[in-house]
Amino acid sequence: MTLVLEGVRYRYAGARASALDGVDLVVEAGRVTGVVGANDAGKSTLCLVAAGLAPGVIGGHLAGRVVVAGVETTQARPHELAQRCGILFQNPATQLSGTAATAWEEVAFGPRNLALPLDEVVERVEGALAALGISGLADRDPGRLSGGEAQLVALASILALRPACLVLDEPTSQLDPHGTRLVGEALGRVARELGAAILVVEHKTAILARLANEVVVLAAGRVVRAGPAAEVLDDAQLEGLGVEPPPSVQIRRALRVAGVALPAAAEGALTGIGA
Amino acid sequence: MIAVCAVSAHAAGILRRSVPLVLLSVPLLVSILLVNTFLYPGATDPIVDVGPLRPTWTGLAAALQATLRVLAFGFSVVVLVLTTEADHLLADLERRGLGRRATFVLGSTLRAIPRTSGRAGEITEAQRARGLDTEGRIWRRVRGIVPLAGPLIVGALTDVEEQTMALEARAFTAPGRRTVLRAFPDSRVQRLIRWTVILACLALLAASIAGLLEPLP
Repeated sequence: MTLVLEGVRYRYAGARASALDGVDLVVEAGRVTGVVGANDAGKSTLCLVAAGLAPGVIGGHLAGRVVVAGVETTQARPHELAQRCGILFQNPATQLSGTAATAWEEVAFGPRNLALPLDEVVERVEGALAALGISGLADRDPGRLSGGEAQLVALASILALRPACLVLDEPTSQLDPHGTRLVGEALGRVARELGAAILVVEHKTAILARLANEVVVLAAGRVVRAGPAAEVLDDAQLEGLGVEPPPSVQIRRALRVAGVALPAAAEGALTGIGA
Repeated sequence: MIAVCAVSAHAAGILRRSVPLVLLSVPLLVSILLVNTFLYPGATDPIVDVGPLRPTWTGLAAALQATLRVLAFGFSVVVLVLTTEADHLLADLERRGLGRRATFVLGSTLRAIPRTSGRAGEITEAQRARGLDTEGRIWRRVRGIVPLAGPLIVGALTDVEEQTMALEARAFTAPGRRTVLRAFPDSRVQRLIRWTVILACLALLAASIAGLLEPLP
């Protein structure tokens, strides 16, 4: 088990109420767990806690256990956690170091921080760029990339640290449809080929319908639904929890209401709609 | 110093490009010349009396010295900027032992200038779309800065927290020296010139402290 949260309660510094309240979650290696929920449900907090940035970097009070690749987050230093769990935020612009002249150097930022030998830095950077299919961006100025491209470079920067676990906080929220498709496809490739445990918060449930193995629904800092992605995303209570079902589910429901039977062969094509 | 800059610029093939940049300092140089020549405090050696105007030889000498200093400083900065990529300079400084935090601060500052300028442009466009007058008379434009400054500063501050976490997530606080990506050529002649300049500066400083040099005005 790569990422384990046991009875996790987290309260931000100065806050009275807990942002997470008794969360239990397990993400196995090679599996993708999607997280959905209304605004202020605690999704971003869950990401920070899972990656060890809360309370490690931003403070606050944590109860319960968060274990990443066998190490409890409260027992490890940030640079040690960075090699076990990578985190990607919403805004591509704030995740780039702002010091690199090229995307290649940007991806090398993390491995260089670890003082790895130069040939290993080169190998990791080339590997991360190739894994996401963005080797062609290597010589580009990171400041002049499109949103989707910048997000992929940020993801490559995380992959270059070779973490066992990836935490993605709405990685497509600020991207246009093209950028969303780029990142969605890249995440699918990472999950299939690199075998990392992936926890992804995403409002675009169509992406989760294609990408996630399991989905959990958060509300007021608690897990209120959890299970196989197809099952949870088809839950009739989902909209009441502030989550819009994927277009495939909405179409299926509309067809059912209209009394139209869907051929089994069309099911697969339906799942891909909107992703 | 000016001669050294001129020779360096010529050797680097940037003399022609450097001239217009050096000339940008002309308004400052003219003001230094006028203020010192006509208003130097305590000077009693007039060049000529023209009504209330009384230029002095002492003031002119001080003005020329100050002008040459500003020119030498400006010219050397121009030569540095035109011959040295900021990234290369930082990479080499880091290779020579500059700490990762200092390197990051310098590097991100250099790259933040165009980024902040771009964001200011976006906010200006957004404010204009909402009907704010960002063109026309100067006082109107000044008034337009107020709604521009708020989002710019708040946006920069809110980005800082996420940037800090993103740096931590990329092992920025790991111990030890970062891996060096590039080594730049550093010939024996370059090293000799560099050490000569450093030693000359130290010698001048020592001579000045010992009172062997005349005090500058």
